Amino acid sequence: MSRDKGFPWPRVLVHLLGVLPLASIFFAALTGRLTFNPIQDIEQRLGRAALYFLVASLAVTPIYTLTGWRSVLPRRRALGLYAFLYASLHFITFAVIDYGFDLREIGRLILEKPFILLGLTTGLLLLPLAVTSFDYFMRKMGKKWKSLHRLVYIAGVTVIIHYAWAKKGDLFALQGDILKPLLWGLLVVSLLVLRIPAVRRGVSGLRQRVAGRGKVLKSA
Amino acid sequence: MAGIVSAASLLAACGANATDPAGGSATQTPLADVPNTFEQITNYNNYYEFSTDKQAVNPLSANFRPTPWAVEVGGLVQNPKTYALEDLLRFEQVERVYRLRCVEAWSLVIPWTGFELNKLLAEAEPMTSAKYVAFTTLLDPEQFPGQSSPFYPWPYTEGLRLDEAMHRLTLIATGLYGESLPNPNGAPLRLVVPWKYGFKSIKAIVKIELTETQPATLWNTIAPEEYGFYSNVNPEVDHPRWSQRTERRIGELDRRNTLLFNGYADEVASLYSGMDLSVNY
Repeated sequence: MSRDKGFPWPRVLVHLLGVLPLASIFFAALTGRLTFNPIQDIEQRLGRAALYFLVASLAVTPIYTLTGWRSVLPRRRALGLYAFLYASLHFITFAVIDYGFDLREIGRLILEKPFILLGLTTGLLLLPLAVTSFDYFMRKMGKKWKSLHRLVYIAGVTVIIHYAWAKKGDLFALQGDILKPLLWGLLVVSLLVLRIPAVRRGVSGLRQRVAGRGKVLKSA
Repeated sequence: MAGIVSAASLLAACGANATDPAGGSATQTPLADVPNTFEQITNYNNYYEFSTDKQAVNPLSANFRPTPWAVEVGGLVQNPKTYALEDLLRFEQVERVYRLRCVEAWSLVIPWTGFELNKLLAEAEPMTSAKYVAFTTLLDPEQFPGQSSPFYPWPYTEGLRLDEAMHRLTLIATGLYGESLPNPNGAPLRLVVPWKYGFKSIKAIVKIELTETQPATLWNTIAPEEYGFYSNVNPEVDHPRWSQRTERRIGELDRRNTLLFNGYADEVASLYSGMDLSVNY
């Protein structure tokens, strides 16, 4: 993929963003900026990082549809893998540090609390995607690879509900601490809508017409 | 594994205290409580009138004006009266070290100063028709930026049954650690009902009203199946979305088992005899 010209800044930028949440947790810990409930603070920071990267990976195709900017496409894999990394660290913090690896209690929580079950579901949906993210599997699985990786759309929905249910409020009644989950949810919905083939064709057709008109105007 | 190790060392780095005050595991007697530090108590606050971010409440509340202050006591009472803060400080001030258990499954131990609400209610003389006490927080979006959010039925309201309000544990706190009540904790005065989840203990009270019918309360209005009118701490009655079996005491690494009525069952269980606590949650 590395194609001659100069510094691969989009790739470097993605990796800088990728380590930023972890770095900011370390920075916060070393400078006393975590809350007085540090386990929960770390757990929530990791969860939010997973959300950000999952949404970023969902944004790649729509960004391409809207802008026609090709070099964004190869960044999707790294974004998805960072989402999985932070989701895993979030789960490990929950299970090992928060609940001290108390398997009985963790099992009860997963079975009794849909909010936790949905978080686990999101992580389990990302697991096969992370495992098959290598070129080897992409080649070997052919068409099946693409179908499998559509699971990320479901993960995009479950992660929002998991996030909303972690807060005091009712997302669907628009009551309580729901502003952030609501905005993230609307973003995910628009990213999914932009994937509907008809919408996508309409948008990229419009973009090409606009771009075409620009050229005509310039040449005139 | 690297993640586990690094996160654990982070916790050590940020000064979380791993030692259990009682030197035992999760099940503790209520007597084993050591008060949290002033810094912990005033920098980890749920006070949505300022912010939903617990750390942001302290800086955002810095310019809040707790004086002068007046509290209107009215409704079904023989002696309705508007009290200035100074009038209320004339009620016998006591120190009470109470556990505060948040519905979000964390807890603090706080050395409050204040007066028993029953002293004030006795002076107001509830009529025989009065069955409940309704409390209202100041409505002032200029001082409370969070009150500009359209997602809450502001102002904050809370309520108690009259016998709960008259109970000797029910406190109107006017201070903590011997100082006047800090802004992030609900200055100048707040309710403290130690056997109920923290959100019942309404802050910055401007109105206390005796009523015949059960008053509307903010969280019960937002999500009635999640936040009941009673909201007594009860490890057996889960919040539908998260478990109430355990809690994290701020400053500790291990979780503690949550106690029925937050460990005050001996004092308050009789208020609820014959009631099904899973129905009246």
